Amino acid sequence: MTSTTSATSATPETSTKTTTMATASRAPRNRKRTARRPREFTTFDVWVLVGSLISALCLNWLIFYRLTAGASAFGFLLGSYVTFLAIFAIVTTDRVGRLVASDRVMTVVVVTAAAIVFIPLVLLIGYILVEGLKALRPSFFFEDQQGITPVMPATSGGGFHAIIGTIEQVGLALLWSLPLALAAAVFLNESRSKWRRPVRIFVDAMSGLPSIVAGLFIFATLILPFAKSGNPLFGYNGFMASLALAITMLPTITRTVEVVLRLVPDGLREASLALGASRARTVWSVVFPTSRTGMTTAVVLGIARAVGETAPLLFTSFGYDLMNSNPFAGSQESLPLFVYRNIRKPDIAAVQRGFAGALVLMLIVLGLFAIARFIGRDRSKRKARGPKPATPNSAQAAKQPLKGGSNA
Amino acid sequence: MPGTVVEDPPVAEDPPAPRERTRRVITEVPSRADRRFNQITMGAGISVLVLLTLVGLFLMIQSSDALGETGIWTFLTRTEWRTDVTPARIGVLGLLAGTVLVAVVAVVIAVPLSVFSALAITEYSTAKRRKWLVGVVDLLAAVPSLLFGLWGFLYLSDKIVPISLWLTQNFGWFPLFKTSEDASLTGSIFIAGIVVALMVLPIITSVVREVFSQTPPGEKEAALALGGTRWGMIKTVVLPFGKGGIVGGSMLGLGRALGETIAVALLLPQVPQKIGESIHILQNGGATVSGFIANRAGADEFTTSGLLAAGLVLFIITLGTNMIASVVVSKSRSGAGVDI
Amino acid sequence: MPDVDVDVDVDSEVEQDLEENLTEDDRNEAEKVFAKKVEIIGGPPAGPATLEAKDACAWFGDRLVLEGVDLVMPKGKVTALIGPSGCGKSTFLRLLNRMHELIPGAALDGEILLDGDDIYAAGTRAQQVRMRIGMVFQKPNPFPAMTIRENVLAALKLARLKCDDKDTLVEQSLLRAGLWKEVRDRLDSPGGALSGGQQQRLCIARSLAVHPNVLLMDEPCSALDPTSTRRVEETIDELRGEVTVVIVTHNMQQAQRVSDLCAFFLAAENQPGMVVEQGPTDVMFSTPTDPRTLDYVQGRFG
Repeated sequence: MTSTTSATSATPETSTKTTTMATASRAPRNRKRTARRPREFTTFDVWVLVGSLISALCLNWLIFYRLTAGASAFGFLLGSYVTFLAIFAIVTTDRVGRLVASDRVMTVVVVTAAAIVFIPLVLLIGYILVEGLKALRPSFFFEDQQGITPVMPATSGGGFHAIIGTIEQVGLALLWSLPLALAAAVFLNESRSKWRRPVRIFVDAMSGLPSIVAGLFIFATLILPFAKSGNPLFGYNGFMASLALAITMLPTITRTVEVVLRLVPDGLREASLALGASRARTVWSVVFPTSRTGMTTAVVLGIARAVGETAPLLFTSFGYDLMNSNPFAGSQESLPLFVYRNIRKPDIAAVQRGFAGALVLMLIVLGLFAIARFIGRDRSKRKARGPKPATPNSAQAAKQPLKGGSNA
Repeated sequence: MPGTVVEDPPVAEDPPAPRERTRRVITEVPSRADRRFNQITMGAGISVLVLLTLVGLFLMIQSSDALGETGIWTFLTRTEWRTDVTPARIGVLGLLAGTVLVAVVAVVIAVPLSVFSALAITEYSTAKRRKWLVGVVDLLAAVPSLLFGLWGFLYLSDKIVPISLWLTQNFGWFPLFKTSEDASLTGSIFIAGIVVALMVLPIITSVVREVFSQTPPGEKEAALALGGTRWGMIKTVVLPFGKGGIVGGSMLGLGRALGETIAVALLLPQVPQKIGESIHILQNGGATVSGFIANRAGADEFTTSGLLAAGLVLFIITLGTNMIASVVVSKSRSGAGVDI
Repeated sequence: MPDVDVDVDVDSEVEQDLEENLTEDDRNEAEKVFAKKVEIIGGPPAGPATLEAKDACAWFGDRLVLEGVDLVMPKGKVTALIGPSGCGKSTFLRLLNRMHELIPGAALDGEILLDGDDIYAAGTRAQQVRMRIGMVFQKPNPFPAMTIRENVLAALKLARLKCDDKDTLVEQSLLRAGLWKEVRDRLDSPGGALSGGQQQRLCIARSLAVHPNVLLMDEPCSALDPTSTRRVEETIDELRGEVTVVIVTHNMQQAQRVSDLCAFFLAAENQPGMVVEQGPTDVMFSTPTDPRTLDYVQGRFG
């Protein structure tokens, strides 16, 4: 009962036949099929955008630089931006109506916001780079500030003592805080004790402790009361600084490691237990290896933050111009302190020296950040849209969270 | 019929008494290795608890000296801080005013930027661009606060002064923007607020982004299918859904801004002012608790005790803010799954 | 002999009672409400429209998933798209209201003509198209942050259309969707607080409020219980003549009950989907030409 009914026949409801692919007579499909995506933003729209921008700039230039006095670059830019938005909004509304105009204007605003996030970062890094390079020389990495007077140029002397100080202090701080943080994170996530809730509340609360107060606390408890005794261990030294740093690092590392451990699927733990392993073995042989990447990232990010911490050092290691490689006796310099102290000195050379130190500090922190990202990169051959196992990032590490125990 | 024996029907006996059932609770009996493990981890947890309790306790004890001499109420309500007179007159209100002002300016600037950036990341980006943007936000979070203070103090400050000038010249009638005749415009709360805003931006963006990405796709589709534009869909679905996350993220950012130390130590003169004066955010002046403490390294016993008291007050405020933040987020529709 | 409903939730019982109480008075009232003409300024032209697909093809990235679909969906009629899962029916549906392009990497070829105009022509805005071609989804998705009234009027707000008599519009839309009686007293309660079937009917009312020319329905009843399904099918029946309906369904009995025309989609292994056969429903289900169609409608595969 085949009948050749064209697919575009006029009144299909009166026909009593169906149309199949074989029977439909269609125009021969010689035309090559090309995949296309519909575009709403036509070339003309691009011209509208550019035109608005140019006219806004011209208008503002006129107002700022010709008609009124006291112009500034920022004022000009701000005025231009606002005018640009206004002109763009008016022209688009006229062309396509308010609904689409508001959508387009908001798209511009959103893109601007994203750019605003980007621009200060570039400016900051660029500024430190430029200023720091003025005074940074290889000698920075080998000399300290011995014998440096204000009349000597910025490139004399170095910050080796600061670098050593940082390494020692952060290293010691890691020694105090890392094992405890790891064990506490394991306790919070792997055990079923009823103490979990209070510990978690405390850890979260303490991550809200301002770092300066941590330094002040060490000073008031361990340094000031012993000031008269003259015991170098209980005076300004790198050890005290490391204690203050440890107090700051402990909650952060605990929390980020706990998040990483939580992301390990329970199925793995159950499988291990079902095979007869003890809980300890499960954690050691299954959970840790699975979360190794995440934990390393968390630790590296913790180190990056500790390296940049200045506040806890002010009251504890105090800063020093000469090399002191013994963290247990005597004031010790570290990179952030080096920068902070030099920046505030009145002579230009010192300020420039401070910049050199800032550049080194920035490179170290950015380097650690890059290492953390490299470790946490997506290594598997997943399709682009597949899910990636989460590793902590520094924005998450920077959050000072407080869970009231509501999220398990 | 004869011969048939009719027996009584059998009497049903009482059903046998039910067997005594005992409920046996089965728990894990840990092996020796496990017991060790439990001891170690529990020890770690308890140590952390004890350690942090000790810190809190000592803080309170150490600050009791100054608080005792001054009196808690006076300490909380006095604005000046003078240790050159005897008896020393110290108070934390001036410091708190500065701290709160800087934090509020920072959050007011950062929140709209964060929300729009989060929208850019979740709604306006391809996968590749998204990775880039997230990377940029992360990088911003990684930069130490010292470098922000440095850059702000030596570079950005001069660029912002003309803006302050323009604001005070044209909007000086607004009490916030009023400045006295020849006041300097550097080292102002406004400038400090802008720099701190850049520092809290990544935190707020990170939270808001997580929240936005959990918007139910069905509702977004429905809004678009009804003829809405992308912005219309965002206004109708994404923003109402993410309200809780936005508030929570803002409060988290506020908490961070309250505790910021080094950048404000560099940017502000750290001289506590009377309440009326410090409201003039465009002109030089102001002090924050952390910045104030930072400038007094190596102080004597009494001052240290006072500083500790101020630090304690700040800590309590930050704690409260963070707690409210987490409650708001977890109770909202959007926040239930977010890790804050 | 009463039908035995195994899974009867309370709401569907309530719905049954209410339905049986649809008295003469109700019908008269409904007629009066519909007599009022509500004007939507800036809205689509009135009446149903013909949709036609010409050699429609769809890609996801590099993968061709739909090829050479020629289909006329005549105005005022109900066209059903049937076929086993994964043959491109939903993808084709999303081509019709330009939802396909929302997926990153999606592409298409061919033409989709709405009353003769290609909806993909350069410069045509998708948002305008979607105002004229509405869609109801498989999973009901009312806006929980809005009240019932606000949900129905959501399309007006989103497309920024003005209407002179909002209350009548709300009433008319809810009547057409068969939901008015149940919610008339609680128009200001949140839209999420309804049962599944009611939510779906709310979504239908929401789509109808802007007086679209075409209504696309993507398996609208697959998540609903039998009573709600019946209600939705009644709604579709009443829409005939006023709106062109295109419905994707897995349920062949539903297709038979509800549609005037059918198009049978099929995809061989690793091949793009195509329309194997199309025609009037009664013919498709009784004497189709292609043996595969016969196999499918007789349930030999699915």
